[in-house]
Amino acid sequence: MGMIWSFIHKLGSPKWFYGISARLMPWFWVAAVALILVGSAWGLAFAPADYQQGNSFRIIYVHVPAAFLAQSIFVSMAVAGLVYMVWKIKVADMAAAMMAPLGAAMTFVSLFSGAVWGVPTWGTWWMWDARLTSMLILLFLYLGVIALRGAFTSRDSASRAASVLAMVGVINIPIIKYSVDWWYTLHQPATFTITGRAAMPMEMWAPLLIMVLGFYSFFIALTLMRTRSEILRRESNKRWVRDLAGETR
Amino acid sequence: MAFDSFNEFIAMGGHAPYVWSAWGVTGALLVAVVLHARAERRLLLRNLQRRVRRENRQGANQGEMAGVSHQMGGDRHDT
Amino acid sequence: MAGSETQLTSGDGRSVSRREPGGGLAVALWATLRRDLLLLMRRRSEVLNPLVFFALVITLFPIGISPDPQLLATIAPGLLWVAALLAALLSLDSLFRGDYDDGSLEQLLLTPQPLPMLALAKVTVHWLLTGLPLALMAPVLGIMLSLPAGSYLVLAFSLALGTASLSLIGAIGAALTVGLSRGGVLISLLVLPLYIPVLIFGAGAVQAAVVGDGAAAHLAILGALLALSLMLAPWAIAASLRISING
Repeated sequence: MGMIWSFIHKLGSPKWFYGISARLMPWFWVAAVALILVGSAWGLAFAPADYQQGNSFRIIYVHVPAAFLAQSIFVSMAVAGLVYMVWKIKVADMAAAMMAPLGAAMTFVSLFSGAVWGVPTWGTWWMWDARLTSMLILLFLYLGVIALRGAFTSRDSASRAASVLAMVGVINIPIIKYSVDWWYTLHQPATFTITGRAAMPMEMWAPLLIMVLGFYSFFIALTLMRTRSEILRRESNKRWVRDLAGETR
Repeated sequence: MAFDSFNEFIAMGGHAPYVWSAWGVTGALLVAVVLHARAERRLLLRNLQRRVRRENRQGANQGEMAGVSHQMGGDRHDT
Repeated sequence: MAGSETQLTSGDGRSVSRREPGGGLAVALWATLRRDLLLLMRRRSEVLNPLVFFALVITLFPIGISPDPQLLATIAPGLLWVAALLAALLSLDSLFRGDYDDGSLEQLLLTPQPLPMLALAKVTVHWLLTGLPLALMAPVLGIMLSLPAGSYLVLAFSLALGTASLSLIGAIGAALTVGLSRGGVLISLLVLPLYIPVLIFGAGAVQAAVVGDGAAAHLAILGALLALSLMLAPWAIAASLRISING
């Protein structure tokens, strides 16, 4: 028990996080760049075209990783919020604050690529497709968390309010998702969903898997980097941050 | 290789506008996010350094001032 | 225990709770309920405004779309539900605002009673004076939109069930923004995305009743959503109130 507490305490110390993240970050950047480059080349040039959708199918390699990441980032944000609320670990809140804009950006990317994909598939830019609708709602959830954090003048209140809202949101996401799926099947039963097919051949799903892993690495690397910046911003009065500024001159 | 030539690759079987705009926006966004993070970090470090330097200078000045006043006090004591 | 309680409820509920921790909660809940009901009954416009808003929005649709009864009948379930949802949203900002401004919310936080329960009492009052009247009024507006016969009872019942969830979820948003000077617009951004499941099953229930399928499944899901919000929302409301008050 004592060991666990000291570990949690250590993990919570911005100084310790600043050091360990500096060592971890390069690996995630390398992985992100390598995986995204390989996945892009494979997905764009080498994967076979879809027999129904032709080459427009290649949008899947950006649409699905972005959608995965958009959902995962919200969950990570809520977990970070919980950690912050329970153990008062400031770094968790800093990371949550830095994740939100990236999550919103990923949601936007998945919406945009979905809309563009809709043109050759459905003949229209927007369809109230279950996946797109859930993504749109997720975007609003992100904007709500970002707006709430920005609305408070006290940083501590802002952090705790954003944490609560992220947790409320994460409980609601599956409910929203299932109700939207249910609503969609009720109203448009026979429409073709863009990504709703099983049994993709290996040449198609392998690059997708690589892209998904690449996007996740990118998320981790960027969050580490921006959390380090946030530490500098919030802890600028601490002795060790001053010393750091002296060293990196 | 799913394409026979580079031109075919660019044309994407007639779906070029869709494929390239979706990929282009995604790529541009990823790059923009990284550039923003880098600019943010540089700005923060620069501000921090400027502040530390300024405060060091102020600290030094205050030290000198203290020395001067001490001397003056000493003078006054002398006279 | 009950004897000493009844003696003192006419006085201050909190002093009773300090002397009698066992029976204190019920007394505190009853006091909160009665106080809030009384306060809202005094400010009658606050109760009436959402109802007038509901009627007004429903009036806008035939004017904006078409007075054709057939067209209106097809969109009536969704319209009634969306308008009722917006009316309920409109009343949220005042849920904790008055108590925050005069400091009684701070007193509520200081009581030895569990804050989630007290928050639940406040939300109950809010539902009694907004959700329930909206549900009772909806059939009248349904007539004006030529809602097919046979779905009126389901409309009222689904709204009564659904607005209870809406009040609970909305109270989280109200509690989070009560300390902010310009929380009015923010609250809709926070709360509306969370309202979507209730809207889907509420409007779905009325739609199902119109078509002639049973609405029982929808109403059951609305009930499940209410049970879930009843279990979780009071804690979130309490945590949010603490954040807003303690700064």
